[in-house]
Amino acid sequence: MSIDAHFTIQRSNFELRVEVEVEEGEVLAVLGPNGSGKSTLLQVLAGLEPIDAGTISLNGVVVDDAERAVFVMPELRHVGVMFQDCSLFNNLSIVDNIAFGLRARGMRKAMARQRAEEWLERFSLESFGRRHPSSLSGGQLQRVALARALATEPSVLLLDEPTSALDVRAKAEIRRDLLRLRRERPVTTLLITHDPLDAFALADRVVVLEEGRVVQSGALDDVAAHPQSRHIADMVGLSLVRGEVAEGVLTDSSGAQLIVPADTPPGRSVASIRPASVSLHRTQPEGSARNSWLMTVADLDRHPERVRARLTGPVPLLAELTPAGADSLGLVLGDSIWASVKASEVTVSPDLAP
Amino acid sequence: MNNQARGRRRSAALRRPPIAILVIAAIAVAFFALPFLGLLWRVPWSDAWSLLTTPTSLTALRLSIETSLWATALSIVFGVPLAWVLARHGFPGRRIVRALCLLSLVLPPVVGGVALFTAYGRRGLLGDPLFETFGIRLPFSMAGVVLAQTFIAMPFLVLTVEAALRGLDRRPEDAARTLGASRWYAFRRVTLPAIRPALIAGAVLAWARALGEFGATITFAGNFPGRTQTMPLAVYLALESNPGQALVLSVVMIAISFGVLLSLRDRWLGGADSIGADR
Repeated sequence: MSIDAHFTIQRSNFELRVEVEVEEGEVLAVLGPNGSGKSTLLQVLAGLEPIDAGTISLNGVVVDDAERAVFVMPELRHVGVMFQDCSLFNNLSIVDNIAFGLRARGMRKAMARQRAEEWLERFSLESFGRRHPSSLSGGQLQRVALARALATEPSVLLLDEPTSALDVRAKAEIRRDLLRLRRERPVTTLLITHDPLDAFALADRVVVLEEGRVVQSGALDDVAAHPQSRHIADMVGLSLVRGEVAEGVLTDSSGAQLIVPADTPPGRSVASIRPASVSLHRTQPEGSARNSWLMTVADLDRHPERVRARLTGPVPLLAELTPAGADSLGLVLGDSIWASVKASEVTVSPDLAP
Repeated sequence: MNNQARGRRRSAALRRPPIAILVIAAIAVAFFALPFLGLLWRVPWSDAWSLLTTPTSLTALRLSIETSLWATALSIVFGVPLAWVLARHGFPGRRIVRALCLLSLVLPPVVGGVALFTAYGRRGLLGDPLFETFGIRLPFSMAGVVLAQTFIAMPFLVLTVEAALRGLDRRPEDAARTLGASRWYAFRRVTLPAIRPALIAGAVLAWARALGEFGATITFAGNFPGRTQTMPLAVYLALESNPGQALVLSVVMIAISFGVLLSLRDRWLGGADSIGADR
């Protein structure tokens, strides 16, 4: 187990009590709203906050044990952290920012700079080496922060909201870089995010935090199909369709077509559809700019206040309806049913995945 | 007509302060400027060079510069760690410790000098064992001048640096720690560069205060030419015997201080110009 954390940390108005385990090389996404304790979890793992009870081990070594008074300082944990606001050193050039960790570990200046240059190349930032953080864009800063965290070759990587505060294009670029990294050298990663697209793109497994507690964990598809709370349902229920956009239509690899907003730029894209945007009908619905497919009900998840249906067909979909709606349709497992989605309800972002 | 220049002028006119404020501010400027003009007016310019190059003047000038630089260095060496502890470290009685360390800021310097005497004087709390054990005698020595100046000047640096440390974003330090930096390395490479403008501003303030120190110095270190007679002491003494020399020395002190303030402001202090800049 690369990360094994069972702990409680107490704040004046807040208590975070979680159990998180991450296998070696695995990417775990921690999803949750603001104030759910995501960032505190990262601080605890990085050694920036001591815990009040429990233990933290990294790669089999106990780094924090409240009962036995063990605490390993952050600089000795060998954890790479990419902070939400980047936290770059404004007084240093980009190349010196990336070389910082190597210098702090005693590497000679010339050698550290050379290594840093290699990281710049890997992230296509070689022309920015001599510049200072203040002259870079948000997306570039995030890539520098990632390169800086990786330059010391940490055994555990912690990413705090790597794509928040970026535009759609920059978000996609960071995801592409993270995906490439995963393929080239798998590092045990804890990814903190409130953007389910990050989790879909990168994570093997998700943990959902709410008000300082783990409320659900498991494979993303399972969590999306059986959300344990309204909040999780809203957060992870996205259906994704990848493909090529041309003239307002996205075509996926199997040839299925999805009408998207007319102003969508052409090219490889990911379309996301929220379950509440999917409506179900017994007969084929009419209407312009509307997608409709004949689907099969593969899974039904009934809650007192909502019913979630996993549908298979030309495109995989999650649909959400009220119990009354489900009853009036007489929805049962294995049913054939028409599903429709308005083009205006489809969100599209560029797909830069390699 | 240059459109950009016109636009700037029109927008400056739009935000011009009310007339009453301008008038009161002008009175304040005159209040500060008049004494200096008066000084320049009364200086016996024809004898200025000979008055300045008398042995008394030159010795006092050299001593002042030397002691004030020592006092500034000591203020930095002890003041930065003190500011760090006050800003970052919560401990019981911190408010009392803080008030104690900044007391000399509001104390009449003569009282400070008397207090220094009771502690570091020949028969003082620490002065007595210092003399008995090591033969070190602080009062009425150049070291005594430095001690008195440091006592009065260091709070200026502590206040400035403490404020900067309190307002500092600590996340880059956290980032440095996760990258493998020890507390000391993070302090040197991340914190210190970040508070550099405040450190320089505080050092300049402390230096200027040390250069002008009078009350504590004359009380604790006395007024011995060549040993403890700094510029302010020489000015005060010359006022009776040789007013012309007092005036010339005053102008020199003003010129040094004014020059340093002017040259530092823009480059390091983040200056008044950039605070009020039209952007």
